[in-house]
Amino acid sequence: MAELKRTPLYAEHVAAKAKVIDFGGWEMPVQYAGVIEEHKAVRTKAGLFDVSHMGEVDVQGPDALAFVNHLITNDASRIADGQILYSPMCYPNGGIVDDLLVYRYSPGHFYLVVNASNTDKDYAWMEEQKQGFDVALANVSSQTAQLALQGPSAERILQKLSDVDLRKIKYYWFTQGKIDGVPCLISRTGYTGEDGFEFYFSPQYAAGLWNRVLESGRGEGIQPIGLGARDTLRFEARLPLYGNELGPDISPLEAGLGIFVKLDKPSRPEREGFVGQTALLRQKKEGLSRRLVGLEMIGRGIARSHYPVSKNGAEVGFVTSGSFSPTLDKNIALALVRADLASVGEDLEVIIRNKPVEARVIPTPFYNRQRV
Amino acid sequence: MTNPAELKYSKDHDWAKVEGNVVTLGITDHAQESLGDVVFVELPGVGDKIVAGESYGTVESVKAVSDIVAAVSGTVVEVNEGVVDAPDTLNNDPYGEGWLVRVEADDLKPLDNLLNVQQYEALLAEEEH
Repeated sequence: MAELKRTPLYAEHVAAKAKVIDFGGWEMPVQYAGVIEEHKAVRTKAGLFDVSHMGEVDVQGPDALAFVNHLITNDASRIADGQILYSPMCYPNGGIVDDLLVYRYSPGHFYLVVNASNTDKDYAWMEEQKQGFDVALANVSSQTAQLALQGPSAERILQKLSDVDLRKIKYYWFTQGKIDGVPCLISRTGYTGEDGFEFYFSPQYAAGLWNRVLESGRGEGIQPIGLGARDTLRFEARLPLYGNELGPDISPLEAGLGIFVKLDKPSRPEREGFVGQTALLRQKKEGLSRRLVGLEMIGRGIARSHYPVSKNGAEVGFVTSGSFSPTLDKNIALALVRADLASVGEDLEVIIRNKPVEARVIPTPFYNRQRV
Repeated sequence: MTNPAELKYSKDHDWAKVEGNVVTLGITDHAQESLGDVVFVELPGVGDKIVAGESYGTVESVKAVSDIVAAVSGTVVEVNEGVVDAPDTLNNDPYGEGWLVRVEADDLKPLDNLLNVQQYEALLAEEEH
């Protein structure tokens, strides 16, 4: 087996007595104090995540905008410089390569943030797609550390260390600034359903910055957060996870990401507007055969990823993510099910250890933060 | 947390307490610690038969699903509904309030294969490395 990769914060995680696991080839903290406690800290106070394993690709050149728009389903021509776009990236058949954040510096310069375990695959895919575009790609993942500070107190904690007025960074915008003197790319983004920031910087500063942010937030109840709570937080907010809700056999339309698919993006006669456009247009026209829904368990049991979903005993889909929800104190799930059974209120069953357990389709996201 | 000296332990991190013909079963402190926050417990009903070496229930944490393996064969005579209603009891008191079932044993012989506390702690020390 290949040796596991470590982020520049590995020693801090071990010192903090984190439970460390193999996550897609990375040795990452799954929990520190406990998943539920960490989850609640992010919902009510603040949590700091080491997300240095994420992949970053720098895209520069005269055709950068055209190339990015060819690659993704969303439309990077509709955002301003300094703004960020969320988008799936598809194969020609409409299946998903990955989902990513697209940071736009200018029409000639973008910064793409992809899932850690997909970085090599994504980079190879991008290289393959760049034929005919005057553009240079650089995989800068190993030269980039990333922290996420999330929760209602995130802005107050980070402001104490930053020279930029964080109030001026709107949701899905970014800026260059300093945090504790360290040059960072700072964005108001996250994967938790809470307000918060993600910041990117040189790995040499990682340990220093990690500890300074934790110190700065001590009075506010900040906690380091592992991948366990990162998953339950994103799940409650119905933020999809590659490998669960997203994958090569699932289209973004099926995954409920239709608003991030701009099917009317202009295409040239000899080429699709974006990779997968023709397949997704056809799927839209023919109608979806399955959809992603939220489920609440009515019977006793926790639905887990890949458990079958049935209706009156006949299999109609499968669970993509399922867990106890710490915020709602219920067992809930996301599932891909037959489209005619995807309406709120529909009674279905999840097969748990060979037994059907009652479940009902409920609205998503399961959790919406109160905006002030 | 100290592992009580009066209990017997399995390599699967279950414990058994023998009182005459009745055996109380639970999971060890190490088991709850490895699982993390326990959020769901499924146990057999009173009168159900359980079989030594086979799963008789399930304990789930936020992240993991874990079978609980019977250390003895017999008939369930009592089920801890308190743990079913409040699964975190397993995290807080695995050797006390967090017991799982009481079983009238068919045969106490399989319990001879279990570890005493010194042997169990030696196993834990070994697993650390």
